[in-house]
Amino acid sequence: MSGYAEGILILLAINVVFAYGAFLPLAAGQLNLGLAAFAAIGAYSSAYVSNVYAIPALAAIPFGAFAAGIIALIVAVPVLRTRGIYLALATFALGQIVQATILNLGFLGGAAGYPVNEFIRLPFISAFTVAVVALVALLFGTRFGIAVTAVHDDERVADLMGIDVRAFQVTAFVVGSAIAGIAGGLYAHHFSYIEAQYFSVTLSITIVLNVLLGGTQTVIGPLLGAAMFTLLPELLRGSAHWRYVVFAAGLIVLMALRPEGLLTGDQLRQLFGWRRTDDEGSRMPREGPT
Amino acid sequence: MTAGRPILRFETVSKHFGGLSVIEDLTFAVRRGSRTGLIGPNGAGKTTVFNLITGVYPVDAGRIYLDADDITNVPSRRRIRNGVARSFQNVRLMRHLSTLENVLVGQHSRNGGLFGVLQPISLSARNRWREEARAGLADAGLAKYERATVGGLPYGVQKRIELVRALMAHPRLLLLDEPAAGLNPAETEALHTHLVQICRSGDITLLMVEHDMQFVGALCEELVVISFGRKIAEGTPQAVRQNLLVQEVYLGKPAVEQEREAVAESPLVAAGVSRAS
Repeated sequence: MSGYAEGILILLAINVVFAYGAFLPLAAGQLNLGLAAFAAIGAYSSAYVSNVYAIPALAAIPFGAFAAGIIALIVAVPVLRTRGIYLALATFALGQIVQATILNLGFLGGAAGYPVNEFIRLPFISAFTVAVVALVALLFGTRFGIAVTAVHDDERVADLMGIDVRAFQVTAFVVGSAIAGIAGGLYAHHFSYIEAQYFSVTLSITIVLNVLLGGTQTVIGPLLGAAMFTLLPELLRGSAHWRYVVFAAGLIVLMALRPEGLLTGDQLRQLFGWRRTDDEGSRMPREGPT
Repeated sequence: MTAGRPILRFETVSKHFGGLSVIEDLTFAVRRGSRTGLIGPNGAGKTTVFNLITGVYPVDAGRIYLDADDITNVPSRRRIRNGVARSFQNVRLMRHLSTLENVLVGQHSRNGGLFGVLQPISLSARNRWREEARAGLADAGLAKYERATVGGLPYGVQKRIELVRALMAHPRLLLLDEPAAGLNPAETEALHTHLVQICRSGDITLLMVEHDMQFVGALCEELVVISFGRKIAEGTPQAVRQNLLVQEVYLGKPAVEQEREAVAESPLVAAGVSRAS
């Protein structure tokens, strides 16, 4: 495999993990713009334990995810009191705080960045990616997936059905943050160098866009979105200067045409031939006058 | 024994929204195993009564008993476990879920522990909960909509799905908010049959808000009439129909009396007149 192809695949694998980190809170109806912060926590804490305690990446990255999850659990209590745009603002602020904190921590290199000793390659990274995708797919095949969507669609009714709305919101937030922590850990160990500036709100927004455009209703949506966001700019490389203009224009068209994302649950059901027998008459396509 | 105790009891319950008193000193009981109708003009507070029973709003005064339990301060999420399930006046299904998944949501109160939540109900077709939900849909004649996303389904179908979802909680008390509204005659007939069938075992008590008097009269054994948050009558449909106060609320005061009073029309009468059309 050429170095270029491998580079793209690694980027794709990391972005897919990231996308599932964004997917969980989005599926529960939360716009989390602090994902980059949790990725940073995962990246720095896994890098630190592997540098200082010589813990192998295989254990260091899950540790990073755990650290991100713990921090998420702590902040979930105040942050998830807010709703909608205010939740987005609160998580945005959280991202700024984490970024600024890392910049000021001397033992993590501060603004100069932090080198990572152990180096991981494509097979290692893709194994993590497959594991994360499988985990989320399994999770959404359980009652958890249904309950999270129910919370997203109608909190009041979900509550009256006996669903602990808050518990599901917190779980989605925490598990999503932990997955973002895995993405950060993979990134750190592959690129061997991390700096706080990389984990900015731009990263959070890009990841959230991946998922929104891929579709938040099915577990396949994030995969689709991440693949599109990673590969399309590469395919457009032909016109080096204009490719991001073309790409952005494409996104706007996509948003206008498919506001609920590229792949919706309804579509998936139709794709697999799960369409109901359409006998309602009123919903049948009208034939010409006979 | 428990047979004599009403399944639901309101004791001098009041509810205000700001300065507006919506429920005033309301006391009534619902007999176990009965089909009871809660009727009254628009704005009488019927849906508010449902919201108080299910805990959407806290009461300002008074107590609510479900069977022997005082549920006045039980959080809304836990009341379904006490055996209260409901449908909504404006259908409130989860629009991104399929019909079957919506019905699965109805089981949450019985299967919502950590083990239940992590059961792969969408992955194995032979799952017991999944089979139960499918059977519930089949009983209501909705099997063919199983995999459709609910958002695009006809209104009448959505209302029936909501009923199946509520039944999945195995309620002792089933609250239906205008189940027949917006249904065509054939659908109304089917609903009547379905509800009679549901109540046949005697395990489920039905309390419903409904404006279709023919439907209520044919289905319900007992009626509670409220107007402006107060109970004005209760009894069998025949007795209620002959009650003068009820006639006044629904049809307006007799013209003679109205002239004699010659006061500005009370909103009570205005509401009654508009209902009569």
